[in-house]
Amino acid sequence: MEFNFILSTIVFLPAVGAIIIALGRGLSPRGIKLAAALFTLLAFGLSLSAYFQFDSAPGGPLFQFREAASWLPSINSQYHLGVDGLSLPLVVLTTFLGIISVLISWKINLRPREYFAWLLLLETGILGVFTSLDLLLFFLFWEVELIPMYMLISIWGSGRKEYSATKFVVYTIFGSALMLVGMLALYASAGTFDIEALAGMNLATVHTVIPLAAIFFLIFMAFAIKLPVFPFHTWLPDAHTDAPTAVSVILAGVLLKMGGYGMIRISVTLFPTVAKEWAPLLVILAVGSVLYGAAVTLRQTDLKKLIAYSSVSHMGYVLLGIFALTQVSLTGAALQMVSHGVVTGLLFAMVGVVYDHSHLRDLSKLGGLARQMPVAAVVFSIAGMASLGLPGTSGFVAEFVTFVGSFTSKAFDGIQFYTILGVVGIAVTAGYILWMLQRTFYGPPQEKFAGVLDAGGVEKVAIFSFVVAIMLLGVYPAVVTGVLGAGIAPVVRLLGG
Amino acid sequence: MIWALLGPELLLAIFALAVILLDLAVKQKGVLAVFSIVGLLGSIGASLALWGTNGIALNNMLVIDKYALFFDVLFAAAAILVILASTDYVEKLKGFQGEYYALILLATTGMMFMASTRELVSIYISLELTSISLYILAGFLKDAKSTEAGLKYLLLGSVSSAVLVYGMALVFGTTGGTHLGVIWNAVKGLNGIADNPTLIMGIVFLVAGFGFKIATVPFQMWVPDVYEGAPTPVTAYLSVASKAAGFAVILRVFFEAFGRAPWLSQSWGMLFAILAAITMTVGNVVAINQTNIKRLLAYSSIAHAGYIMMGLAAVGLMESQLALARSGILFYLAGYGLTNLGAFIAIIAISNNTGSDLIDDYKGMVRRAPVLSLGLAFTLISLTGLPPTAGFVAKIYLFNAALQSGLLWLVIVGVLNSVISAYYYLRVVKTMYLGEPASTERLSSSGPLRVALTASCFGVLFLGVLPNTVIQVTEAIKFLVS
Repeated sequence: MEFNFILSTIVFLPAVGAIIIALGRGLSPRGIKLAAALFTLLAFGLSLSAYFQFDSAPGGPLFQFREAASWLPSINSQYHLGVDGLSLPLVVLTTFLGIISVLISWKINLRPREYFAWLLLLETGILGVFTSLDLLLFFLFWEVELIPMYMLISIWGSGRKEYSATKFVVYTIFGSALMLVGMLALYASAGTFDIEALAGMNLATVHTVIPLAAIFFLIFMAFAIKLPVFPFHTWLPDAHTDAPTAVSVILAGVLLKMGGYGMIRISVTLFPTVAKEWAPLLVILAVGSVLYGAAVTLRQTDLKKLIAYSSVSHMGYVLLGIFALTQVSLTGAALQMVSHGVVTGLLFAMVGVVYDHSHLRDLSKLGGLARQMPVAAVVFSIAGMASLGLPGTSGFVAEFVTFVGSFTSKAFDGIQFYTILGVVGIAVTAGYILWMLQRTFYGPPQEKFAGVLDAGGVEKVAIFSFVVAIMLLGVYPAVVTGVLGAGIAPVVRLLGG
Repeated sequence: MIWALLGPELLLAIFALAVILLDLAVKQKGVLAVFSIVGLLGSIGASLALWGTNGIALNNMLVIDKYALFFDVLFAAAAILVILASTDYVEKLKGFQGEYYALILLATTGMMFMASTRELVSIYISLELTSISLYILAGFLKDAKSTEAGLKYLLLGSVSSAVLVYGMALVFGTTGGTHLGVIWNAVKGLNGIADNPTLIMGIVFLVAGFGFKIATVPFQMWVPDVYEGAPTPVTAYLSVASKAAGFAVILRVFFEAFGRAPWLSQSWGMLFAILAAITMTVGNVVAINQTNIKRLLAYSSIAHAGYIMMGLAAVGLMESQLALARSGILFYLAGYGLTNLGAFIAIIAISNNTGSDLIDDYKGMVRRAPVLSLGLAFTLISLTGLPPTAGFVAKIYLFNAALQSGLLWLVIVGVLNSVISAYYYLRVVKTMYLGEPASTERLSSSGPLRVALTASCFGVLFLGVLPNTVIQVTEAIKFLVS
């Protein structure tokens, strides 16, 4: 039997769960958590089944599991969903982090009903972004994520949580305001919001109401803030540091990827000529992000802040890969997004474990925890190794492919130089990751941590799942590169190479 | 036949008078509310029965087209929600409940006439019928603030009416008619702004007079004080129905009389575009510092008048965009109306319990009244223009119309204004969800009020998720032009 609404089901399952949790007055806190786990698990299962049904053979249909329904015909906007090789791995990643984030929130006892309702709503927003094939629908889902994030950070966060939450909202909403203007200008010029139709019509030959490059940058700004690209990154360390653990995992794991995904799906696919023209500037920005992020990370003494800044650096690789504009580099960028989602997700989860048990995140006070928490120490180290790109982990494959791609790129003269500068970032990464692990887990055991327990049952399930994913991607990357490549190839064809 | 065409209005006028008589007879005042709602429902029924008929009545002064009927339904529906939300509130009004309902019905009647007249004198009369009813309603509480509101509204309203009449006189003087069709015939023969200073002056005065009703800058000074002092249900009604009526008149007058001569329409289109930019910016920037929720929503309603004026500007600058811009304005008014009513209904319920309209007193409200807080938060999100709400679709739809008329700069101003507005709307949401409540006492609210809040919130959600159901209707609406 043909099941045609698989994407809608995946996207809206968490939202249905959120409504049931919000309205189910009779649910106990435990019942709420079980319901949240059930709905996110169902979404994960369905997305996996979609992944295995996906046809990534060359010549196969680009977008699959499509759904289209009339939504706003008067401005030519449709409810149009579909996934290709680029978006499907991100959908799976989102649902994976969805169930994981429910598991690592198991100890939340402050207003659990609202917490899990917002968390699930957030997942729907992100899934919608990755599956929309209509710009207006894309924008709608892009905005849906805002309120849940705001609530999650400002109610369940720590430190200057309200400040950080507001900063996050202001940055995001400013970016999306520009994106809306860009999309409306695009519609006024081309007469459609449909991403496929726009990709097929070579916008360079269309008469636009404002210069095409202006539209490109209006939309690009939203993605640059979200990714984030230096110098628009300042919301990220604050939001990360003050968000609850599960939200940090989602934020680093998939929310940032909305920016990278948007760049490939919209900026590069719809504006290939502009992307080629401006690639030098954007590659310089990418290398700037890599080096600046890495340098600032070196100075951090707060575990969460350290990982947050390392994200700025690692997202720089994504930007580098995207605007090197080759099949290999774009595949590397996409792979880096998936890999970083899993690796940094695990890093944040581990910070959560360490903090929950020791109540410390300050590197100058931590130390010798390997004695008390051996499992956590090993898993944290694996995550660290993946983050610094040790062969055998997903981080190595992703970064290697990205660098190979950008080094061999002919996008513009001198890209090799910038690639080499970017590689320097890896060396710095190794420095701060090893330093962080050493300060946290090694050294003489400290008396004040005498009674500290290791990761518990539910936590172990969550973190071992991450480890499996990292190893799988590291040892057998073909499990995802084939699919990603199928999604990237048409983009590269549009670029004319 | 003519009586049938005037059915929606006449029915309400009769019910308005009957409510006063009934007030003398019944002890149980709740009956009055039910009776008024029956009248309003009857009026909606009459409007729907007339849907599709294009009739003219009373010597061509009134036109019953889909445009007028759409507004008839909008005003009556708003009045129903306001009356439902008033049930707790009218307890404070002691001996004057009959008059309260009667005045709401009369104001609604006046607005309905405003939407269907196409003759300057009858526009003025129906506008005064509405305004005088609203002046009284604004001062209905008889405490210091309410009295001040009523008086201020009366004085400034009278001045604006005078300006309006002056403008009408100048237009009459240059064109020789008060009927929009006659005016258009005269305008058709004219050419050039410089050659017709009197007409231009008349039009500017019309903008000023109508601008008062829709609260555009610089005629917005009355809004915060009146909104704060008036009984909250009346404020809700003012901010939704009265504003919509103003737009109903402006769009018809400016399109039918002055809209088809490019030399003229370009000028008033640009005038509205500039006013729109200033209005939304002033409204949003001043709203940021408000500590009273009613004043905050007052400035927010000024800002929204600015957004809606983008539609007027779009009509003026490009006549070919009439259908899209008009549909955008109508959809925006419907979406904004439901949203703002929902917000005010929640505020009525909260202030009935706490006796305060200060935003600080909303701290931790979610724990004292989860449903009311969710409703208020949802409507504020819609006012910000975030999905999945009516406000989101309305803004995109209207912004698109403005962009199609070449108003890219205005769209950018509008979008940036939405960013500013997010700050103060979300601050209220934050206060409700984050603060520590002053007391743990649960809030109580009456059944009718909860029905009204639920209805408006579901309406906002419905328009946000399935907007096409309504957009199909608003796109089919045309003016019956003589």
